[in-house]
Amino acid sequence: MPAHDAGTELPSSDSQPAPTEKRSSRFGNGAIVFAVFLGILSGLGTFTFGYGKGASYLSNNPQSCVNCHAMQDHMDSWQQSSHHHVAVCNDCHLPHDFVGKWVTKADNGFFHSLAFTFGGYKDPIQIKPRNRRVTQGTCISCHGDLVHPLLPAVNGQDMLKCVHCHTDVGHAGR
Amino acid sequence: MTTSSNKRSFGWLALLTGLVAATTIGIVALLINIFERKQEARTPFAKVVVVNEISTDPKPWGLNFPQQYEDYLKTVDDDYTDFGGNHALPPSKLEEHPWLKRLFAGYAFSIDYREARGHAHMLADQEVTKRVTDVQQAGACLHCHASIIPTYRRIGMEQLGQDVTAKTLGESYNHDAVMAGFKAVSQRTYEEVHAELEKTPDHFQSGESDDPHAHMGSAHPVSCIDCHDPDTMAIRVTRPGFILGINKLAHSDDPVPHLPSIKKWRDEGAKGMYDPNLHATRQELRSFVCGQCHVEYYCANKMTLTFPWSNGLKVEDLEAEWDNTEFPADEEGTAGGKFYDYVHKETGTKVYKAQHPEFELWSQGIHASAGVSCADCHMPYEKTGATKTSSHWVRSPMLNINKACQTCHNVPEQELKERVDVIQNRTRSLIDRSAAGVTEMFDAIMAVQKNGATEDELQPIRDLQRKAMWRLDYIASENSKGFHASQESARILAESIDYSRQAIAKCYQLGTKPDSAPAKPKADASTDSDAADE
Repeated sequence: MPAHDAGTELPSSDSQPAPTEKRSSRFGNGAIVFAVFLGILSGLGTFTFGYGKGASYLSNNPQSCVNCHAMQDHMDSWQQSSHHHVAVCNDCHLPHDFVGKWVTKADNGFFHSLAFTFGGYKDPIQIKPRNRRVTQGTCISCHGDLVHPLLPAVNGQDMLKCVHCHTDVGHAGR
Repeated sequence: MTTSSNKRSFGWLALLTGLVAATTIGIVALLINIFERKQEARTPFAKVVVVNEISTDPKPWGLNFPQQYEDYLKTVDDDYTDFGGNHALPPSKLEEHPWLKRLFAGYAFSIDYREARGHAHMLADQEVTKRVTDVQQAGACLHCHASIIPTYRRIGMEQLGQDVTAKTLGESYNHDAVMAGFKAVSQRTYEEVHAELEKTPDHFQSGESDDPHAHMGSAHPVSCIDCHDPDTMAIRVTRPGFILGINKLAHSDDPVPHLPSIKKWRDEGAKGMYDPNLHATRQELRSFVCGQCHVEYYCANKMTLTFPWSNGLKVEDLEAEWDNTEFPADEEGTAGGKFYDYVHKETGTKVYKAQHPEFELWSQGIHASAGVSCADCHMPYEKTGATKTSSHWVRSPMLNINKACQTCHNVPEQELKERVDVIQNRTRSLIDRSAAGVTEMFDAIMAVQKNGATEDELQPIRDLQRKAMWRLDYIASENSKGFHASQESARILAESIDYSRQAIAKCYQLGTKPDSAPAKPKADASTDSDAADE
């Protein structure tokens, strides 16, 4: 907890005003304490960011997805999958446009961290509808030419998700 | 005023300092959490005690494997499901389903028959059921209800003239001695064999036990050693009944596509004995360990405990084996006569009693053909931290749908539960129909007997009766209410109904109408007629 302020107790307000040097020195002491705290915070923050491999999450490297052991099975089975030569995690699980990609990354980054920190998540884990739409979109993004005749006439209309049948193309582990 | 502005700016400074401090606390908490999660991913294992082949007490094993042991202990309080579960003393099925009383008339099951509870209760519940306390039962029952292998080994070693000390008993599984002991006690009484259990040394026995959970002496219900090798922890089978039974199955011509190692063993020339501990895959063993007990068998005192698998695993294969079995002659040389389980009291027909043929029914189902083992659903993998273990809290998959089903079935939990409910409710209504057929058949047979039908006239009717009862009991006493193989269950119950009606038609041909049948309780869809423990 923060240390007690080094300043002495203030006399009551009807006594003589304290001299300015004393005031500024007290403020100065406070500022020093604050600076020390701020330094500790930024130091700890930087260390934690490094220790938690924070920067890796800005990359496309699948290795960053297994920083957390929750994803180990998915990683292991992706390495055995039909797509591992052509797609990494982000190729299927993030939209292929700049804004969508970073919004989805932030969204999943936050909620994955929350789940992994506090536990109690489903195991086998389950994809949420938003992310299900993302994977469907990325299938189409690559395979659109081939499956064009299968797509709905109007954008957003209902269609069967590719992975409903092609369930293990990305990873068999859940 | 400068003082007040100074004060205010100092106040701000103090507040900011507080905020920064609070954030720092949060960061430290996160840091430590990340550290903990990283530690989780390491899986240290320390062997703190040595267990050996006589360590029937699960406690010392639990020191080495705390997670599995904790799960195992949870089997004392499984939740109640619609078809099986846990109560201090589960409700009697005989009250709920009066037809069971008529089906088992003349057999101990007509006195006391309740829902099964978890593994941890299996010995205690057997010790108090009226089927054991009021009727003389055979010691063969303990083949499954107790951790009995060391006792078989001790008695076998004595018979084979080997030196029996706690040390020699604990050295190895000693197949020959276990088999000899198994055969020696198979036909002795329940009480005698139970007493033998307490004469077998346990590696960790302190002498006098003040443990409230201890059964008498060192008798334990099924425990670690029954499925695991104490040296390597490898999964294995130990029960003589199963070892003999699966060998018979391997020597049969039943295709068993769901057991690839048997096919491989046959293709390699079917040499010697099929030894599951040698030939089976690990995935097969994840079902075999359950198949040591969750099967149909003969378990009384006229012959050694027998699994009827010499023709295959289908209901008619088992039936054919019983049809062709003769009891061995007794000491005086009197022929044992044709095999039967009990004489049905109302009609005097010798009939078969089906025990809980879960392994056999599962073998006919879609999960078996997909290579899904018993353990995959009843002991699904779970993660504690990053350590993946098979959950040793053996229980209904319906209490654990996420882990048990959703590893393969990518559909909502509710939908899976509803699918199972549909299968089980359909099976239950078919069971009720078969039960109605069987009880009406009893009435018809009793009527022709009253009118003086001869034994020759009755013979074909009795055969139909035995077939009908066997099929109804097979599915009613099986613990999945049809789920393990839903179409097969429906087929078997349909055959039961057909045989009952054929028998009734034959009674009518003898020119007798039954007395106006007693009012039967209407089949009530809100009760279950599921069978349970032996």
